[in-house]
Amino acid sequence: MGDASREILRKARQQVPEWSAAQVNDLANQPGTGPEGQDFVLVDVREKNEWLEGHIPGAVHVPRGYLELQIEEAVPDKETKVVLYCAGGTRSLMAGATLQQMGYTDVVSMSGGFGQWKARGFNFVQPRTMTDVQTKRYSRHMLVPEVGEAGQFKLLDSKVLLIGAGGLGAPALYYLAAAGVGTLGIIDADVVEESNLQRQIIHNTSRIGQYKAESAKQTIQDLNPDIKVVTYLERLDETNVAQIIADYDVIVDGTDNFPTRYLLNDAALIQGKPVVHGSVFRFEGQLTIFKPYDGPCYRCLYPEPPPPALAPSCAEAGVLGVLPGIIGLLQATETIKLLLGIGDPMVGRLLTYDALSGEFNELKLFRDPHCPACGENGHPEDLPTYADVCAI
Amino acid sequence: MANVKLAPVLRSAAGGSKVVSIEGSNLEQVLGALFQRFPALKEQIQPNGELSKFVNVYVNDQDVRYLQGLETATGPNDTVTLLPAMAGGF
Repeated sequence: MGDASREILRKARQQVPEWSAAQVNDLANQPGTGPEGQDFVLVDVREKNEWLEGHIPGAVHVPRGYLELQIEEAVPDKETKVVLYCAGGTRSLMAGATLQQMGYTDVVSMSGGFGQWKARGFNFVQPRTMTDVQTKRYSRHMLVPEVGEAGQFKLLDSKVLLIGAGGLGAPALYYLAAAGVGTLGIIDADVVEESNLQRQIIHNTSRIGQYKAESAKQTIQDLNPDIKVVTYLERLDETNVAQIIADYDVIVDGTDNFPTRYLLNDAALIQGKPVVHGSVFRFEGQLTIFKPYDGPCYRCLYPEPPPPALAPSCAEAGVLGVLPGIIGLLQATETIKLLLGIGDPMVGRLLTYDALSGEFNELKLFRDPHCPACGENGHPEDLPTYADVCAI
Repeated sequence: MANVKLAPVLRSAAGGSKVVSIEGSNLEQVLGALFQRFPALKEQIQPNGELSKFVNVYVNDQDVRYLQGLETATGPNDTVTLLPAMAGGF
């Protein structure tokens, strides 16, 4: 250290009171105070890489290079007690002198800095970081204020189950994987067939004959190696539904038959899992979210399934290939909104889309107080799923 | 008098129409007139004379179960939507 810097430090030491790590720790642990409270603000003036390696819980990061520019936003009230710290106690002293010059009336520097804090065995936190690859991959998400780095971490930590890797499941899976939803479960017992490829774009010609779940897993892992894919090569039924859905945060319903929808509805109610519902027929699609005990459930909407004549499958009635693409993508969108807790998820609202007329319409749905599944006297454990009644 | 919108699977029973104009000052009257004009539609939706549990009826986008049911008023600017459940997902 040169003469001039020694002089700066000497002056700062005269002006700025110093507290030991133990004194700061005592203040931080007093009930009613604490760094997030009104009594004081803890400011870490180190560089970003130092902050990322660990810092005092509740501290605000204002690196010394940006001190004058950012401190007034971080601590607007200049009467607030500001406790500054750095790595060893030197930079925080000089920062303290600057703050006093700026008009802050109650400034303290922690002697010994973060080094002393850790040596005394006091609590610290290490923030989560993304790899460079992830930072690049998800950069467009993180630029959106409603997502940001925190939102991207939420997606990476989320688990979504797709019932079906077909018309609806294929586009939903593709985009959920691209978005970085960390765990995707896929339950589908079918194999890829030629007629699927008009719409189930997650598969391709070379996958014909492979299990759809495995084919989807391959595509997903090529697109985004961050994603963990769990495949269930079986049909959802009463012997496995409770166990399978337990591990997931949100369920995307891409099934093609009523019994599965009723079964899923009841199991999701019992475990409190939201179901993002989609269905298609020729040129029309429907979309809504069934959020247990918040909005209606599937049985509120349709207490009974229609007779087979009124509900042909896509194999019998046909479907415009792009249509499940649209509805499946809307399902992925609603899933992401649920995971991030942003926007207005389609709970209690049924979106209908008519591709031919290009119309989107919305119908209001209500939770039925007499619903046998989610009503006041609901008993989702033992309701019929009409498996013997419906044609699949 | 109301505009009745039919979900695609019901349209063949109504001569292929997506929207039909039907007389009636409440839902019961409108449905009655609708089924008189299109008996095949009645077979599909109301075989036992009451609103079925797999076709939902909305007046101006609200489920009539939460309005006045069959007594719900219908005027010339009102839209009645008939929507059965759809199975397709694949």
